[in-house]
Amino acid sequence: MKARVHITLKSGVLDPQGKAIHHALDSLGFSGVDDVRQGKYIELDLQETDREKARADVEDMCRKLLANTVIERFSIDLD
Amino acid sequence: MKAALITFPGSNCDRDMAVAIKSVTGRAPIAVWHSETTLGDVDFIALPGGFSYGDYLRCGAIAARSGIIPEIIRAGKRGVPILGICNGFQILTEIGLLPGALMRNAGLHFICRDVPLRVETSQSVFTGGYRTGSVVHMPVAHHDGNYFVDPDQQKRLDDEDRIAWRYCTKSGEVTPQANINGSVGNIAGVLNESRTILGMMPHPERMIESAHGGTDGRPLFESALSMLATL
Repeated sequence: MKARVHITLKSGVLDPQGKAIHHALDSLGFSGVDDVRQGKYIELDLQETDREKARADVEDMCRKLLANTVIERFSIDLD
Repeated sequence: MKAALITFPGSNCDRDMAVAIKSVTGRAPIAVWHSETTLGDVDFIALPGGFSYGDYLRCGAIAARSGIIPEIIRAGKRGVPILGICNGFQILTEIGLLPGALMRNAGLHFICRDVPLRVETSQSVFTGGYRTGSVVHMPVAHHDGNYFVDPDQQKRLDDEDRIAWRYCTKSGEVTPQANINGSVGNIAGVLNESRTILGMMPHPERMIESAHGGTDGRPLFESALSMLATL
């Protein structure tokens, strides 16, 4: 089973990289963008076949390593 | 007195730290590789700067899951002083021994220069050799030194006098212009609740001899290690 994890900064946390991207888009003439937030995407190939167990495992991985929950939040999609 | 210096793949300030510790105590620290799982009876732990694991995932994130980390947590909870500089600070926040997180510098640039710092508290084993409110100069060399804590935690750090240093002007004013990397409250270093663990982005170990351009880092090692020298 494949798990797709998106990790993004929490809404109260400033994102200087997102701001730089926003600025670059502006300078390319893409003026219709209100805000840019940059995050991470991690794909995991899992041996687990039980969806609930897989989700619990990946949540544990996110809390213990993949995300820093002081500044980030995560979402998990399973195939 | 036994000091331990932990080295991770990608640490690059471990030698400077070892020289600083030896210069102050006369004894070289024990070199501990990250994958070891026992620390023995040590009186001081240093986590050096560098770019452990190439800063992959997040700075310090992978180092914070090394074999030696449970031992460091146990020692820290017993009250063994721990000093984390630069990447060492990032690792201490990733472990959870210090609050907050270090993010990409607000200006996105890698900053490598000497900066003025205001001593915010002399109430710790590390800052006892400085006068509160005085200005010292130390080098910084980082891309991810933008300290973040939520407003509640920041207030707690303020209320409990746990902010060790703030980025300031040469005359000691803490202003937005002096905030080199976007850290909340210009914070350059913080203490844990028991004031025995210090994490900081500037490099005191690079300000030990007059040949370094100054000796403002020396009192940190002197106060921490002289207190322990009797052990």
